[in-house]
Amino acid sequence: MTQQNLPADHPILEIKNLVTVFETRHGIFNAVDDVSLNLVPGETLCLVGESGSGKSVLSRSILQLVDRPGRIASGEILLHEAHPSSKTEQTRSLDLAKLEARSGVIRNIRGRDIGMIFQEPMSSLSPVHTIGSQITESLVLHEGLNKKAARDRVIEMLRRVEIPNPEKAIDQYPFEFSGGMRQRAMIAMALICNPKILIADEPTTALDVTIQAEILDLLNDLKKQNDMAILFITHDMGVVAEIADHVAVMRHGKVIENGNVQDVFDRPKHDYTKALLKSARDSQIPSPDRLAQRQVQPIGAPILEASNLRKEFYGKTGLLGMTQTTLVAVNDASFTLHEGETLGVVGESGSGKTTLARCIQRVHSIEAGQLHYTNRGGDRAEISQLNDAQLQPTWRDMRTVFQDPFASLNPRMSVSQIIGESLLLNGMTSPVDRRKRILELLDLVGLPSSALERYPHAFSGGQRQRISIARAIAPNPRIIIADEATSALDVSIRTQIMDLLQELQKELRLSYVFISHDLGLVRYFCDRVLVMFKGDIVESGDSETVCTQPTHDYTRALLSAVPITHPDQRGSRQRFRYENG
Amino acid sequence: MSNLVDQTDPRIPTDIAEASQWRLMWLKFKKHKLALISLYLVGFLYVLAAFAEFFQPFDPEVTSRRDVFHPPQMVQFLDRTEDGTRFRPHVLGTTLSRDPETLATSYERNPDEKIYISFLGKSEPYLLAGFIPMQRRLIAPTDPDERFYLLGGDRLGRDMLSRSIAGTRISMSIGLVGVAMSLFLGTLIGGMAGYLGGWFDSVSTRAIELILSMPTIPIWLGLSATIPANIDPLMRYFAITVILSLIGWTELARVVRGRFLALRTEDFVTAARLDGARPRRIVFRHIMPSLMSHIIASVSLAIPAMILAETSLSFLGLGLLPPSISWGVLLKEAQNIRSIAQAPWLFVPGFFVLIAVLALNFLGDGLRDAADPYAQDQ
Repeated sequence: MTQQNLPADHPILEIKNLVTVFETRHGIFNAVDDVSLNLVPGETLCLVGESGSGKSVLSRSILQLVDRPGRIASGEILLHEAHPSSKTEQTRSLDLAKLEARSGVIRNIRGRDIGMIFQEPMSSLSPVHTIGSQITESLVLHEGLNKKAARDRVIEMLRRVEIPNPEKAIDQYPFEFSGGMRQRAMIAMALICNPKILIADEPTTALDVTIQAEILDLLNDLKKQNDMAILFITHDMGVVAEIADHVAVMRHGKVIENGNVQDVFDRPKHDYTKALLKSARDSQIPSPDRLAQRQVQPIGAPILEASNLRKEFYGKTGLLGMTQTTLVAVNDASFTLHEGETLGVVGESGSGKTTLARCIQRVHSIEAGQLHYTNRGGDRAEISQLNDAQLQPTWRDMRTVFQDPFASLNPRMSVSQIIGESLLLNGMTSPVDRRKRILELLDLVGLPSSALERYPHAFSGGQRQRISIARAIAPNPRIIIADEATSALDVSIRTQIMDLLQELQKELRLSYVFISHDLGLVRYFCDRVLVMFKGDIVESGDSETVCTQPTHDYTRALLSAVPITHPDQRGSRQRFRYENG
Repeated sequence: MSNLVDQTDPRIPTDIAEASQWRLMWLKFKKHKLALISLYLVGFLYVLAAFAEFFQPFDPEVTSRRDVFHPPQMVQFLDRTEDGTRFRPHVLGTTLSRDPETLATSYERNPDEKIYISFLGKSEPYLLAGFIPMQRRLIAPTDPDERFYLLGGDRLGRDMLSRSIAGTRISMSIGLVGVAMSLFLGTLIGGMAGYLGGWFDSVSTRAIELILSMPTIPIWLGLSATIPANIDPLMRYFAITVILSLIGWTELARVVRGRFLALRTEDFVTAARLDGARPRRIVFRHIMPSLMSHIIASVSLAIPAMILAETSLSFLGLGLLPPSISWGVLLKEAQNIRSIAQAPWLFVPGFFVLIAVLALNFLGDGLRDAADPYAQDQ
């Protein structure tokens, strides 16, 4: 290792006044706008920002990986290399910003000096090559090792990233690996040539929380072992609290705050950073607003009761689809939702929580079990076997806010058409009345009346979710099913949407079924919680009780993986892993 | 603080906020220069087809025994006489001479005889588009008894320019009519297959595969052979379009089915269902608009295929027959070796086919790229 010759705290990579622009049909767009940052060996710099803030473009600029029409317009990216033989503090510097994207110099630097991990482990590994051959590639390219030696190095590396049974894993294909294992393989690939700098672009965002925690631990260990400089890109303040030494907050292409992790967490300067920190802290406590509200407006009578719900999906496998396979997505689910209550459903991907939501709304059919809905007039009706036409009155009372704000709004309809659809279909045929009601709804969700004739593409993710909420509350419903309604949003906006939902609950006396993978969020927002694991409800109860005294091991594992909210809490939490497959 | 966090990115322009999908598509389409040029070209061809009579210098059916295989004549714009030079378009006359030994005919240019061309000149009365009586054409000889051949004459001395323009009408419209029919069949069957799924989907998909696996030319040949030869030309025209669209709908049905399958599971479709929309409203109000752009793109790519199919059939003598005039019918005249040797200008309709097909293909490509204005692009 050569960087030990560098003086302590001397940056290995200096970004000075970097500007990366995209030429669009609307003119020049400064994706990265005058950014200066330093990477120091053995330290992690966390780059925080919401989507579109330019953090990914910045990281790609370092390696000259920005796709056309993007290009580096000005600024310097200095890579300092210590000369191995020199005893003095002389260093050699190379300006990466000046290099050609296809030049041999930058190709040598990629992988050898600077390693990179991408967000999506599914698409960043080639599906047709074995894990081993993909990792070996950079060894052969950069160090010219022979096959035998390279193979040994790869097995050693796989062991270091804690892939079980590396001798076997090296010959496996990516599809045989789980998401977490793939991300480990990605890390192994990035680190195989002992780079001095690692760029990790949201490496844990696509992973479940329990796996995210493990990957973060691994990166931290590797940083110490190799004395690496890590540039870690994330939108999650919890992750920052966990691993950062330095923090840089990016917004609209500019770095608005840059400093030591303790300073940033204790004395944030910029309002935006404060908002980010507040939303991170929310996951530790129940919402005070909610508790206050329950005092004034106690939870009412049961309005939706599910008993022993079961949902199966059928698939065909084998030759000519002769063999039928059955997947039990929801098994024997029973719960009650009361008026004015928020019920959380928590679980990792594939746990059946979305399917459960679709079942209680009867978008899916139900194989077995009963579902009783009590309407405003107090009539209790069985709805588990009704058809679409019979479900109309229930659907008016039970509405959904979808997860993906981009897929759930028809891009070809204007906002007034989207919100007005349910009004129109529920008998409000007068355009004047409809317009009045839509304006009222827009005001309720905090959107200006100018939004009326705009199309969804004009809105940001958070604003789209507000439109989605306006659509949901349009026919004056009683139950809102929010299916990961905030998980596609940036943290700062997430808090606002949650506050909006809470506000609406107070005003309209709504009951929520809140589906999330984030236990912290559920603790903040929900009165009661159901924990789901592989189709089963493994634990249910008051959300504070479940979060402080979990009875099931899986809940404990989920809790232990919730990111901490302040760097002081590092190491205070023990990791649990729920192994029961 | 709430305003701070929720404010939109100041770097994004707001002028497209209220743009509908068509405007966005147009903005994107405009960037594709070749497609834009093709759009104008295709528009011009359809104008030509609609008002063919006005653009023809002569009636395409009028024969002239003196002008058999008359070669193309160049337009001279400047008229030099004793009085001086002035702007007056004309062509030089020709005299027919026959070699006494070989009996081969040849046309000699005769610089003393000038046939003047007038812009919006008077001609014999005709009906524009079949019902508007008119007496002027875009260009016509100043003396109505004279003839000129800008693109040459055929074996009966008919003007190739007029005939090619006349052929535009049938050739360009057979694409439209044929595609309209395949569009109807394609969206109906493809849409039902995609939305309903189940047995209907399986049966129709298998049927489409069956039709697509059959070689098209023999089927066309077989089907057109069953049309009685003595049938009215208009009926024959419709029979041919039906035959072409019987195969043409399959591609479209596949596209529509695929889009339906993809859109059916979109959240906004589920949202519409939960809003209380009936299946018909879901299909026509919520799914169809997303599909429209794709349909337009595949239609514009299907038209040239239809044009080529008609041309091939007529060329082989199994499509339209004279007296109908289409590019394929005209090209049939160019089948023998004599025309290649003696009158290469008989291939002019082929040039029209080339231009039309290329322009429509570029246009279709441009439309397809612009079809989804919501796809990410910088």
